[in-house]
Amino acid sequence: MVVENGSIELAGIVKSYDGTTRVVDGVNLRIPDRAYCCFLGPSGCGKTTILRMIAGHEDPTHGEILIGGHDVVGLPPVERRTAMMFQSYALFPHLNVRDNIAFALRVRGVGAQERRKAADAMIEKVRLTELADRLPAQLSGGQQQRVALARAAITGPKVLLLDEPLSALDEQLRVQMRQELSRMQRDLGITFIHVTHTQLEAIAIADIVVVMERGKIKQAGPARDVYDQPQDRYVAEFLGGQNVLTGRIERIEGDSAIIVSPEMRDVVVPLGVRRTASAGDRVDFAIRRDDVDLVRPERGGGERAKVPSRVRAIEYQGNFVKVILDKIGADELIAYVPDRVFYRDPFSVGDVVIAGWEKDKTRMLA
Amino acid sequence: MIDQPSADANPVPVRHRRALAPSRDGRPWTFYVLATLFTLYVVALYGPMVCIYILSFQDVRGGLVFPMRGTSLHWFVDLFTQVRTGDVKGAFSRSIRLAVVVTIITVVISFMSGLAFRKRFAGDSVVFYLMIGSLVAPGLVLGIGVGLICNVLGIETSWYTTALGAQLSWTLPFGVLVMFAVMSRLNNAWEEAARDLGASAWQTTFLVIVPILAPGLVAVALFGFTLSYDEFTRSLLTAGSLNTLPLEIWSMTLNVTSPSLYALGTVTTLISFLIIGVCLGTIARIQKRRAAGPAAH
Repeated sequence: MVVENGSIELAGIVKSYDGTTRVVDGVNLRIPDRAYCCFLGPSGCGKTTILRMIAGHEDPTHGEILIGGHDVVGLPPVERRTAMMFQSYALFPHLNVRDNIAFALRVRGVGAQERRKAADAMIEKVRLTELADRLPAQLSGGQQQRVALARAAITGPKVLLLDEPLSALDEQLRVQMRQELSRMQRDLGITFIHVTHTQLEAIAIADIVVVMERGKIKQAGPARDVYDQPQDRYVAEFLGGQNVLTGRIERIEGDSAIIVSPEMRDVVVPLGVRRTASAGDRVDFAIRRDDVDLVRPERGGGERAKVPSRVRAIEYQGNFVKVILDKIGADELIAYVPDRVFYRDPFSVGDVVIAGWEKDKTRMLA
Repeated sequence: MIDQPSADANPVPVRHRRALAPSRDGRPWTFYVLATLFTLYVVALYGPMVCIYILSFQDVRGGLVFPMRGTSLHWFVDLFTQVRTGDVKGAFSRSIRLAVVVTIITVVISFMSGLAFRKRFAGDSVVFYLMIGSLVAPGLVLGIGVGLICNVLGIETSWYTTALGAQLSWTLPFGVLVMFAVMSRLNNAWEEAARDLGASAWQTTFLVIVPILAPGLVAVALFGFTLSYDEFTRSLLTAGSLNTLPLEIWSMTLNVTSPSLYALGTVTTLISFLIIGVCLGTIARIQKRRAAGPAAH
């Protein structure tokens, strides 16, 4: 069996260690060849377990894993044409950079000369030529990561699996290495699967974002879809940037619902995924924080949602100002106001404001 | 915009307490007390041994007590040439050979059990407590027991069979305990990475685990060697007709009344220090090669 391409298909994957609790609970997913896919979720959601099952370090309790169209369950990593980059990189502390990178060739019985040539070519690719004779302990975090990447890539895998690759780095380096990973993925022309709990990282880098919760996929799709059009409260809250509000449907008008709650009146939301909802139902809907604008009570007007509120806190964020308003029931209401707009007529804590938004910016959640 | 809490409006009163103030040269008086105590301890520890080393360098008139009578290497020569002092050379070579065998077996088995004990297995705690049991069992009793069983089974005791077994009952648990500490440095991710890169179980062991644990393995070897080299109680009734070095020394204390006994003490100590030095040097070299500048290989 030869795996020719890096497309991945997970079919009904279940993993249970004790026979009762399912760490991974029925995951179906198709990842095309040469995609950059991010598994996103809090710790313990099963994302790393899925990665390890694709890598061949664990076997699923049920289900099939297809790589390049072949079922690989039970095969060792080498035959799957996968390579894994471990969270702490797991560089061999007793081998220098070159020997670490050449390790896979050494265990395959490649001769010393050839091994060195291949390793040096790879070292150049990750720009570590001057450090080839150093030991891992003498490298910075970013350099170690590049060694780990080179070591995993030297065997020409079709799929590279990265377990929280950026979590060991500091903020600045993380952004830099993010670009490096993206570049390497294009250079190598293979599938990358990247596990992270940082939503910014996921949406910045991935073609496909897979949001997970308790062993299940909540939503999978292009980064922009997942961020802009979350399907439910969990995804919306996990990706952030959204206000998730709850209310009762007062009446239905055409394809929109008129929603009320103690704090809100006559908020119009397109029915969307809740097409079958009827008056009296409680529903969740989302409005992006940067789609909420704030005006003083005396002004305002137009065909817009209007929610009277009060400024509870203000956080300056640089290019925008985060204005935290009184809660709507148990839900946060936050507006991201561009800083140029905000400072034309800045609010103070305690000011009464009207939070408003366009009807078609709201989105019903499942 | 946001009220600034007035800082230091109500500062917490600083409580002045007499701390341990450094004396003028930067060291508290406790330093001198503890330093004196430590010096006395070192003198008590090494003093008796140093006396023996000094007395072993007397000349032919030398006796077993101070004062020192002349200086020469007479008793060292005497030690290896005179028959009446016993078979020092033979005992010495037996002890070294025995210690080498014990060391090899201890390192190999400790390493393997260290690997085994990283995972839970059926009866693992029983095995562990049995091991600790043999560690705390009085050596002499254990030696007598081994001697008795051999007697019953009709096995002839000798230094390279029964004594070897009796010594292993002591060095193995020690080795395994040290190995536990060494193993705690081993990260599972290394093995997984090796597997991921296509290494077989053997390759993972010899290209990854053993080199990473090398300093620890040297430490286990050192333990095995020194424990065996000066083991007395367990060897006493199991070594058979030919003595190991500690047994030879013991029998000499009973019938040799010359400083050659002290000369023997000096020689054996030197060898012990030599071995310890070589081991520690090896560990230091391994670690230096890992820590210091560009590695040369």
